[in-house]
Amino acid sequence: MNEPLIQGRAHVYGDNVDTDAIIAGKYTKTLDAKSLARHVLEDLDPEFSRIVQPGDILVAGINFGCGSSREQAPLALKTAGVAAVAARSFARIFFRNAINIGLPVFELPLADIAAGDVLRIDLTSGKIENITRRALYQAAALPPVMTAILEAGGLVAYLRMHGDYSII
Amino acid sequence: MGQTVAEKIISAHADRPVTAGEFVVARVDAAMASDTTAPMAIRAFASMGGRKVWDPSRTVFVIDHAAPAPNERIANLHNLMRDFSRRQNCRLFEAGSGICHQLMIEHEIARPGSLVIGADSHTCTYGAVGAMGIGVGSTDLAAVLLTGKIWLRVPQSIRIVVDGALCPGVRSKDMILSVLRRTGIAGATYMAMEFNGNAVERLSLSERMTLANMTIEAGAKTGFVLPRGLRLPEDPAQILPDPDAIYTETLRLDGAAILPMVSPPHSPDQGVPVTQAAGIRIHYAFIGTCANGRLEDLQAAARILKGARVHPQTRLIIGPASRQVFLDALRDGTVEALTAAGAVFIPPGCGPCVGTHNGVPGDMENVISTGNRNFKGRMGNPLSSIYLASPETVAASAMQGCIADPRTFALEREPA
Repeated sequence: MNEPLIQGRAHVYGDNVDTDAIIAGKYTKTLDAKSLARHVLEDLDPEFSRIVQPGDILVAGINFGCGSSREQAPLALKTAGVAAVAARSFARIFFRNAINIGLPVFELPLADIAAGDVLRIDLTSGKIENITRRALYQAAALPPVMTAILEAGGLVAYLRMHGDYSII
Repeated sequence: MGQTVAEKIISAHADRPVTAGEFVVARVDAAMASDTTAPMAIRAFASMGGRKVWDPSRTVFVIDHAAPAPNERIANLHNLMRDFSRRQNCRLFEAGSGICHQLMIEHEIARPGSLVIGADSHTCTYGAVGAMGIGVGSTDLAAVLLTGKIWLRVPQSIRIVVDGALCPGVRSKDMILSVLRRTGIAGATYMAMEFNGNAVERLSLSERMTLANMTIEAGAKTGFVLPRGLRLPEDPAQILPDPDAIYTETLRLDGAAILPMVSPPHSPDQGVPVTQAAGIRIHYAFIGTCANGRLEDLQAAARILKGARVHPQTRLIIGPASRQVFLDALRDGTVEALTAAGAVFIPPGCGPCVGTHNGVPGDMENVISTGNRNFKGRMGNPLSSIYLASPETVAASAMQGCIADPRTFALEREPA
């Protein structure tokens, strides 16, 4: 079960951040999550893997995670310390993958979040507080099936618990 | 109320009538993973407490993304797949067999009306034969191996109607690049795309695969090419949408007005007519991938390059989509014509499209590729630029050393 409240600094990127940008194909053939984290967002922001702190929150525009089905993309972010991703919209495979590995993702309408802002997210309600700017945003609710998987800590934990889908 | 193809196939696999927007748990007919996704899926399956896969005969692993292994780390991941497949008695396609999606259709594992879950985003290719192919990540795939089921949101559908005969030298690749230009890279997110119209009815299976393959480039969950005009070895029941099915949108294109297209870096939805890109220097041309690595694609390139030479400052690499494609192209002289022209053949598989090996571009180089993605760094070098085009356009550009309009050549082609 994830902690209900997370707080961290925002890293802000634009629209259509594709999975090749999150983790290049040449790095994906591994079971070592730490090696993924070393190259996370390398072609988009070579500094990111150096400056990211545990608990930080990624903020992006539309269609975050488009492209490949590689689950290495959310895994690289999570292993690097990213605690949640809030984007205007997500590509569907990335969205499923993130929930499945227990990385909280939030669909958030246009919000005035700048790099370095401190955000506090209530994982249960999807309320996002911008502490720096004293603003409050509301993320779209997850479908119940995804809430159940995320609350279990991911799909592996969910199925270990239930043995089968018992959520719909 | 009428149903779309997506609603019909999911209804059949959820054992109740469903409509767009509903959440269901559906039975899966086949599950597939490649060497990029299978190792993590195998580990997740074990972590879930899995001992035996739900149905070994419906579980397919393919070693295609980095095959044969370019280094010891990947060789060991391939061995993990081999060991698991042997122990579980599931189907394994070895390195050199071909690209997973090509094999799933060649071997009739993806069948009309079936629901196939693949741990690769281009699983949507199966819509070319009327199968519902949905791409997922490794953990979702592991859950299918464990349960034989998947949870899905029934997608809404967008209809694309293309009427009017395509001009000589224009292929389904140009059609889908034109569609992507209209939808944008996120225009069909969470949706199914249905292709229809008399220009689509005339397409071969190979060209239909190109269409369905690139629906993910609009963010789609899956894509279908309606089966009218399709000839398959067996003639199964054709799944067509009801006349009163509901679509969020209908896009209409005039087939006769579609021009050869080139999508410049770094997104597949930026296509422009080849005339607007003509003359851009090309260092490296690539023909292959699950989008356009089939016999017809190689033959189209050979028609342009036969008796000619690849430009001395350009290299041409060809990756057949499968061993069967390679064999067919060997037998009919296509491989000889292309090799004599200066092309280099690499083993059947994904090749350089995923940036692991078999031809990574150098800094500041321009690549023209028959692939489906040109994101920055896609082919292994973020300092290179990738242009997407049809096999005809890639072959013409390889010969000229710069982006070239294939119609100059295609007009000379002999009638089939």
